[in-house]
Amino acid sequence: MATYRLKTPISEEEIRKLKVNDTLYISGTVVTARDQAHRRALEYVKQGKILPLNLEGLAVYHCGPVMRKEGGKGGRWTAVAVGPTTSTRVEVYEEDFIRNFKPRVIIGKGGMGKKTAVAMAKYGAVYGAFTGGAAVLAVKAVRNVAAVVWLDLGMPEAMWVFEVDDFGPLVVAIDSSGKNLFQDVAEKVEANRLRIYRKLGL
Amino acid sequence: MSSRIIESVAFNLIRTAVIYLPEDVKHVLEKAYAEETSNIGKTQLKAILDNIKLAEKQQAPMCQDTGTITFYVKAGSKAKILENVEAALVNATRKATREIPLRPNAVNPFTEKNSDDNIGRFTPNIHWEIVQGDSLELTVVTKGGGSENASALGMLNPSEGIKGLKRFVGDAVIRAGAQPCPPTILGVAVGGGADVAMKLAKRALVRPVNQANPDPALASLEREILEAVNMTGIGPMGLGGKTTVLGVHVDYAYRHPASFPAAVAFSCWADRRASARVSAEGEVEYLTHRERR
Repeated sequence: MATYRLKTPISEEEIRKLKVNDTLYISGTVVTARDQAHRRALEYVKQGKILPLNLEGLAVYHCGPVMRKEGGKGGRWTAVAVGPTTSTRVEVYEEDFIRNFKPRVIIGKGGMGKKTAVAMAKYGAVYGAFTGGAAVLAVKAVRNVAAVVWLDLGMPEAMWVFEVDDFGPLVVAIDSSGKNLFQDVAEKVEANRLRIYRKLGL
Repeated sequence: MSSRIIESVAFNLIRTAVIYLPEDVKHVLEKAYAEETSNIGKTQLKAILDNIKLAEKQQAPMCQDTGTITFYVKAGSKAKILENVEAALVNATRKATREIPLRPNAVNPFTEKNSDDNIGRFTPNIHWEIVQGDSLELTVVTKGGGSENASALGMLNPSEGIKGLKRFVGDAVIRAGAQPCPPTILGVAVGGGADVAMKLAKRALVRPVNQANPDPALASLEREILEAVNMTGIGPMGLGGKTTVLGVHVDYAYRHPASFPAAVAFSCWADRRASARVSAEGEVEYLTHRERR
């Protein structure tokens, strides 16, 4: 259970050192993307269009933030609350997303499935679980809101580009060997099901 | 009592709910942190407790998902201006969205358009109950999408009885796993029709977490379910551990002989709610978060 502090862009060699249960803090660039941003990014690939930002080596964050614009129109955006959203909703997109855009870290909550774990092993990436709801703790690490892309999708679904210092703690829950902590927990829980039934007198 | 007072109280309740957890929830989270044996589980509870303190310090919503706004209104039958209450609650929601701010969470399911002010058809959601008297009691609940998505409704076989209910709740917690941001609080209801069961299950979440059910048989059922679901090993944030559920609240309605509706509603650890009573003279008494007044 080692602790790593990595700076983006992160190389494949660096990310492959991380193992499940390690703790990770990220400095550099974190970009938010939820369901609709994933969908649109993959449509861009289909249409041969270039994404408005390069995600290679960065961290992609499953997050629909609360943002505030200081000083009215033309003012600066600041982060108010930026905790993680449920990652399983983008499970259908993530393999394609990792293959095409090469982020090294996916941050979210609740874990991801087999397809994503396989893609992480193949292309070299990890899934970092951030505590669900810890939205103000996350804001503390955001040094600057560098940009926002696709704001037409609405505040939660737009891609927000955060410059961060020591964003975390993230629990490495899928590593680049494809080991999946959430899957391990789910198997143990399944094994407990009959004990629970007995306890309830069933 | 005036529209202006109701709007201002509703705004204060929303603001209080999204920034400050009620003392009863903080208490059970602190206890869980002290008792959790999994290292990773403990890191998650530590992050939650740190986040609660930071939210209070920064006066910021504790979670970015500021939820769907639901009001429970207990209206005294002799209270004045009841016809203006709905507009006051809508105005308070709009103002809260802009000023606190809240995340705009109201989307038209057909056009996919976000209204950007948390207002829309049946949004905010308002539940009315007519009671004796001339005062108005308001409770706001702001509940996130992650926990809502774990909701479960089953039309069980009546021959299985309460055993069927217990199995249904255990299965719902296992199926939900990490998704509703555990440790969670469970609202469980049985009976009524499908709609009544779900409504009672959600309303059961309003009860303070450390307050025992006044019905001893239900209190005992709550303890039994709580102990059983904490044997799952799901743990804080689904990363493993012994703290999966903080409290179980059971309610019921009489059922049709052929039906056995069972409903489970989840609240994430951020069990956000606040209540106040407004008297006929316009005096405001806050019923939760009293330590903050």
